[in-house]
Amino acid sequence: MRDQRAAVIVLVIFLVSSVLLLKLFTIQVVDDSFLRRAESNAIQRVVDHPYRGLVYDRTGKLLVFNDPIFDLMVVPREFQVGDTTRFCDLFRISKDELIEGYNAAKSYSRVKPSPLIKQLSTKDFARIQDFLVDYPGLFILTRSVRSYPSPIAAHALGYLGEISAGQLKKDTLLYYSQGDYIGLSGLEKYYENELRGKKGVKYKMVNVRGVDKGPFKQGQYDTLSFAGKNLTSTLDLELQAYGELLMSGKTGSVVAIEPKTGEILAMLSAPFYNPNELTGAAFGKTYSKLNKDASKPLFNRPIMATYPPGSIFKIVQSLIGLQEGILTPNTTFACNRSLVACHNHPSPVNLFGAIRNSCNPYYHQAFRQIINQDVSSNTFKDTEIGLNAWREKVLKFGLGAPLSIDMSGEKGGNVPSSKLYDRIYGEGRWKYSTIYSLSIGQGEMEVTPLQMANLAAIFANKGYYYTPHLVKAINGDPKQIPRKFQEKHTVGVDPHHFDLIQDAMAEAIYGTAPRAVMKDLVIAGKTGTAQNPHGEDHSVFIAFAPKDDPKIAIAVYVENAGWGGRAAATTASLMIEKYLRRTVARTELQDYVLAGNFVY
Amino acid sequence: MKETDVQINRVDWIAVSIYFVLVMIGWFNIYAVVFDSQVEKSIFDFSISSGKQLIWIGTSIGLITIIMVADYRFFENLSLVIYLLFLLILVLTPFFGKEVNGQILSIGVGEFRIQPGEFTKFATALALAKVMERPTFDLSKRNYQIIAFLVLLVPIGLILLQPDTGTAMVYFSFLLMFYREGLPQWYFGVGLGAIAITLLALGVENNLYLAAFIVAMVGALIYLGKKSWQRILAFSLIGIGLIAYIYSIDFVVSKLPIHQQNRVMVLFNPEIDPLGVGWNVTQSKIAIGSGGLFGKGYLEGTQTKFDFVPEQDTDFIFCTLGEEFGWLGSVVVIGLFAGLLYRLVIMAERQKTRFSRIYGYGVISILLFHFMINISMTIGLFPVVGIPLPFFSYGGSSLWSFTILLFIFIKLDSSRASQLGRIN
Repeated sequence: MRDQRAAVIVLVIFLVSSVLLLKLFTIQVVDDSFLRRAESNAIQRVVDHPYRGLVYDRTGKLLVFNDPIFDLMVVPREFQVGDTTRFCDLFRISKDELIEGYNAAKSYSRVKPSPLIKQLSTKDFARIQDFLVDYPGLFILTRSVRSYPSPIAAHALGYLGEISAGQLKKDTLLYYSQGDYIGLSGLEKYYENELRGKKGVKYKMVNVRGVDKGPFKQGQYDTLSFAGKNLTSTLDLELQAYGELLMSGKTGSVVAIEPKTGEILAMLSAPFYNPNELTGAAFGKTYSKLNKDASKPLFNRPIMATYPPGSIFKIVQSLIGLQEGILTPNTTFACNRSLVACHNHPSPVNLFGAIRNSCNPYYHQAFRQIINQDVSSNTFKDTEIGLNAWREKVLKFGLGAPLSIDMSGEKGGNVPSSKLYDRIYGEGRWKYSTIYSLSIGQGEMEVTPLQMANLAAIFANKGYYYTPHLVKAINGDPKQIPRKFQEKHTVGVDPHHFDLIQDAMAEAIYGTAPRAVMKDLVIAGKTGTAQNPHGEDHSVFIAFAPKDDPKIAIAVYVENAGWGGRAAATTASLMIEKYLRRTVARTELQDYVLAGNFVY
Repeated sequence: MKETDVQINRVDWIAVSIYFVLVMIGWFNIYAVVFDSQVEKSIFDFSISSGKQLIWIGTSIGLITIIMVADYRFFENLSLVIYLLFLLILVLTPFFGKEVNGQILSIGVGEFRIQPGEFTKFATALALAKVMERPTFDLSKRNYQIIAFLVLLVPIGLILLQPDTGTAMVYFSFLLMFYREGLPQWYFGVGLGAIAITLLALGVENNLYLAAFIVAMVGALIYLGKKSWQRILAFSLIGIGLIAYIYSIDFVVSKLPIHQQNRVMVLFNPEIDPLGVGWNVTQSKIAIGSGGLFGKGYLEGTQTKFDFVPEQDTDFIFCTLGEEFGWLGSVVVIGLFAGLLYRLVIMAERQKTRFSRIYGYGVISILLFHFMINISMTIGLFPVVGIPLPFFSYGGSSLWSFTILLFIFIKLDSSRASQLGRIN
């Protein structure tokens, strides 16, 4: 009986062992959820954010860089303040701020760091550094924000912001994660993939309190981060800054292009904002302030605002007429003001005179010949065919559709087709007399300031253009810029037709914009006035210079500044002087523009 | 040749070897717990627990030497003295001991402290062996049962005063020895039945279901059997008693200290509060479960190393093993324990004196209980009670007491040839 009981005890020993091993087998081998829970316990994936690429201007001056900012972090559990007054003196905060910051940190976590003083300046950081050792539980966290040595070109450069839920959803490659910063406008957005670099990942082990315990598996799963590529912008920092000086206090756009390459030398939208205020901690506050501002400082006018082209469009009409053979330099029309209003000038005029004097009736009559070529005996049908054929030619000038520069949000303007008039008046119910205002760039036509600057470049180039763009090299390599910016577009008008146009434009500014004339530099220009039903007309001027070897083509829009010959022409002229001479000698003219009293 | 000489050739080297293997594995695991790749410290560094454990291991070898060279009769003759001495220390502990978390477990001067509750285990085993060795002592008789339980209940009562429920529970393991020495089987039937009903009462949400089940069972038994009134009365009383017991359990549990209530609740639903009372068990299971079949490799464990499991070098030392050596490591260690226990049964059965055999079964009872309960609690099979894994857990009192416990028996076993055959 005793032996039997000993056997029972042995049985109990092995039963207990078996039960334990069986249970261990289920949790260790069968159920793999514990492994996953262990990893989420102890292995932390830390993203190593790369430095975002820098942006330089065309001369190599820095436009955008990454500014380190220093947050003073506190780990409440380790923090010992000692003498509070001394601490507050050293770190230059009030006692209340200290208590408030400390309590906020403590309520977040006692063992994880939270910011105590945000965004210390480099100077404060340097001063504080030596005292830090006296205070356990304090350390400096370095981050970087976009910073702008000169607070200019805010619209062109764009800004960064935290990625939205919608953008995250669209990110099919799963590169981004919540809280990442992404380019939201301007170059920052268009060149996001180049600028952002490549994130690295580090797997580190943490203990139960979240304290770093070193790399996981000696870092064998870690990947390095790669800094973003640097952009060389086409912008000329000095020209851009000068343009912003001239346009300060006004509303409008300036776009300057190097005609031979399509490189944008300056592009600005007034009113401006300071790009340094739309970074880092200030972003949210500044953004909502700018967003509410009635003058719409966030609106990027050069590519988003559309206006009727006005008189400037007469040059395009002239070129189409010449190419079609409908107009010759000797074609003459009377200035018949019963057709359309005009101003005082000799009549009749030839083509040169029509451009020089911006004669409205001349183009009313010329445009009729372009449109109604008696292709169809039905005058309605004939107008429709003529309009659509004409439209095709106009589109070649980079109008009616976005030029697709390296910036998002670009508007295309409008060059009306027969469909538009069919919709408005009904099919076969409109003819030339309905659409004649197109002849002088009014009516349903709309263009952006960028398109107008491109037009100036086309006139300067005698019939071709490169798509305007803001970046000329990526990481110093011009070949890395998008291919489309290296393709030449021709407008379908023979170069010799431009000779007369250029001469007339050079002549024209003596009459329409005498202030824009420079004694020793031939500027070819054309004024325009964009009609504004809501108030004073917008002042418009396009130009290129020097006439014989154009280095700069420019379009200037000054809203509500009246006639193009004053505000826009003088601004353009000063910009040209600044770019070609690097210094402005005409200080009186500059004062005139800065004073800004154009309407009288 | 003097009888007191160490009879090396009669020492059971299998048991001794398993002991040392377990102690060494335990030591390496303690190092794995404190190992920090950022602050690399040697396993011998006395500032960390593996270094300190080395001191305990060294002193344990000293204790082993003393036990092995001592006269085997010393333990038998002085067993009651040893028992009374440790009872006295237990009595004094609440007055002179050091309070930690509301418990007074240790007594001593400065750094040198012992937990008398640990040492009373072998003292009680010795005392029981001494009391029960008389040829007339018969556990099937009521009087002797009372004597045996008294020897057991005194230290239990004193330890509960500390209070240290876990250690007090260990003493009930002597029931296994009582079983071997002839305690009637029905005691165990009733005991197991009570445990089953208790677990059911705790585990089943609504006691009405259990009560209804008991009523149905009693009704069926009455209906199927003889319908004498005595029988009907007896069954009815048993049924009423059981139902009263079931309802009283909830009442008793509600009167328990809150931390013990939580431990019981967590057993039935560990996810009930994974960051609170369920933390220990949840994290312990994560650590062991993440080991897989082969484990993460020595010193590669993340859960135990980074403090996710509390008390990992003492009561939860098995987590480190499970995490770093996987199921295969568990098999080896559980195999070693089972092998040692099996070996001890063989040794106990070959004793020529009742004293040695009873003491042997006392050793088996205590080791089996610790081994079973400690590992069970790390894998959520038993509520968390603070009892160490023999030979593994960090700590001087624990290692010393298990070493003394085991080696007194190994000494008795090695001297069995010189002992008078009084077995019956």
